[in-house]
Amino acid sequence: MLKISDLHVRVDGKDVLKGLNFNVKAGEVHAIMGPNGSGKSTLSKVIAGYPGYEIISGSIQYEINGNYQNLSELEPDIRAKEGIFLAFQYPVEVPGVSNLIFLRSAFNAICKHHGIAEMSEDKFTKFVQEKAKLVEMSDEFFERSVNEGFSGGEKKRNEILQMAVLSPRLALLDETDSGLDIDALKIVASGVNKMRAPDRAVVLVTHYQRLLNFIVPDYVHVLAGGRIVRSGGRELAIELEQKGYNAYL
Amino acid sequence: MSDTPISSQLNNDYKFGFTTEIETEAAPKGLNEGIIQFISKKKNEPEWMLARRLKAFQQWQKMTEPTWANVHYPKINFQDICYFSAPKKNINKDKKLEDLDPELLKTFERLGIPLTEQKRISGVAIDAVFDSVSIGTTNQEALEKVGVIFCSISEAIQKYPELVKKYFGSVVPYADNFYASLNAAVFTDGSFCYIPEGVRCPLDLSTYFRINAKDTGQFERTLLIADKGSYVNYLEGCTAPMRDENQLHAAVVELVALENAEIRYSTVQNWYTGDKEGRGGVYNFVTKRGKCVGKNSKISWTQVESGSAITWKYPSVILQGDNSSGAFYSVALTHDYMQADTGTKMIHIGKNTKSTILSKGISAGHSSNSYRGLVKVMPSAEGARNYTQCDSMLVGSRAKASTFPHVESKNKSATIEHEASTSRLSEDQLFYLQSRGLGKEQAISLLVNGFCKDVFKHLPLEFSVEAVKLIEMKLENSIG
Repeated sequence: MLKISDLHVRVDGKDVLKGLNFNVKAGEVHAIMGPNGSGKSTLSKVIAGYPGYEIISGSIQYEINGNYQNLSELEPDIRAKEGIFLAFQYPVEVPGVSNLIFLRSAFNAICKHHGIAEMSEDKFTKFVQEKAKLVEMSDEFFERSVNEGFSGGEKKRNEILQMAVLSPRLALLDETDSGLDIDALKIVASGVNKMRAPDRAVVLVTHYQRLLNFIVPDYVHVLAGGRIVRSGGRELAIELEQKGYNAYL
Repeated sequence: MSDTPISSQLNNDYKFGFTTEIETEAAPKGLNEGIIQFISKKKNEPEWMLARRLKAFQQWQKMTEPTWANVHYPKINFQDICYFSAPKKNINKDKKLEDLDPELLKTFERLGIPLTEQKRISGVAIDAVFDSVSIGTTNQEALEKVGVIFCSISEAIQKYPELVKKYFGSVVPYADNFYASLNAAVFTDGSFCYIPEGVRCPLDLSTYFRINAKDTGQFERTLLIADKGSYVNYLEGCTAPMRDENQLHAAVVELVALENAEIRYSTVQNWYTGDKEGRGGVYNFVTKRGKCVGKNSKISWTQVESGSAITWKYPSVILQGDNSSGAFYSVALTHDYMQADTGTKMIHIGKNTKSTILSKGISAGHSSNSYRGLVKVMPSAEGARNYTQCDSMLVGSRAKASTFPHVESKNKSATIEHEASTSRLSEDQLFYLQSRGLGKEQAISLLVNGFCKDVFKHLPLEFSVEAVKLIEMKLENSIG
């Protein structure tokens, strides 16, 4: 589904990714771990199309309708419409725009792109209510402005709600566990687990292996110095937990 | 994050920037008593009005231009402006609108204001002002049936001298300020309306101002009187061609609300802003003020200020009647090199008077956007209340936003609340929305609507749709 080869990315004049290779197939769950500043967040944001991140060389290929396409040619909203979703490390506040209107606008934009009829307002509200149960969010969230005045935990749960509603093929979760207490972490993790599906891939970007106790990945990769330096299974995360990242610095 | 992509500038797709080629009759440039006599004569004014004009002119000559506003521009040469310009053909009030010069009809049609019977927008009566004259007022017959007077101020001076004598200058006196005095001396046209006692005006009233002629100032004068227990919804729109020279629009608008009357006044101001280097554009120096004379009267100003090179405008309310209320709802957008210094004054005189101020400023490009407000509670205003909220949104890193709120309370029982915020429409917000599948245009629209929502909901529906589109289009271009 996703093929990244020899990717070099520059951010504010600094080379952050330096020859990264990474492949993801449908149905897989990957965890990308690494020390701070290794380029983990850059990787997830560059896949989603963050402006100002300059791809110097290499490519990100993403499968759309059976064909691989170079993602750098697509605007961020087209990537989203084609099923890429980034759960932000720091979700952005959107004052004056209610969660429900925001979700509905996004959902309809995606439907329209695929030539699917939009859902009626009533039906959509019920649909969102159903999805909100996944992350234990109550209806009062719907009328509140997107992320405005939300606690850290609420913001992260809201990201997972958006993911559940928009139903992506490739979900990138950037440090979704950071700043969460254990209860919130469990809620978020269970939300993600319920979304695991054969036609959907999940990439978890995290500094700590704690999250991986709740969302068990198929593959674990160590990102250091702008490249993936080691890949393995679940056991690699446990090893990292014990030995730290010192070996990769 | 670098902000360079944000500041790519506005394309000049100001769609109202065209000029109408039409034969005009104009006064020579310059300002003196002779010119004022010329204007007065052109309008067949009675002697008393000319006397008022000359008195204002004498006052104006003693005054100096105000410099306290947070705007900068080269000194205006008032002798280099033409004070009167009117289309030559067919400006005859007794003629049907259908008989107007086709060029004029075409102009207003292009502006989205069809004047001829079969194409008119339903539910609205329109007074169309082209440079210095009103070229026609629609739906007058329907209004006459309920006793509503809606015509140009020039016509009112002749037909309804008693009303004009009584109220003209009663809210904005001729010596009020530099531009108000200038206006009182040289005003050319604008609208007059009178809503009789107990009448709920069956149509929305609207005036559309168009500046066309080069080097010509437009001196709008509008007077609106709502008699006891009446109600009126008034809309105002403005556009001008794209010209390299600056044009001056110095208006005075007076609103009078008697006991239990309500006036809702909305403006979408879209004068030419100047080009992306800041050349040209309209200087919009305006005095707008309403007076809640009677008990329980209400006046609200709702404005969407999206045009003009420089805006200097403070629609205000004098709350004289007990229990009267005033409101100011404003969205002011500046981009490129525009400068706006706008806000309101709420003067509480009567008991239990109430005022609400809601100001939303959006500054993009190299522009400067200031909110300036005064809330004044007089000793007599027992139980007065004011709520003020001023929010500024910055787009890019070179735009400026300032707030100058002034509060003077001389009555201890008054309650005054003030809230203010400044935020930034960032690429992060845009990216967040885009990463959920929203196209750039839709993302901007959502962000701006969210920011301005509380003001837009006070606009009449058709105006609010237009305003939203206008702001979106301008911002889209500013964000690139």
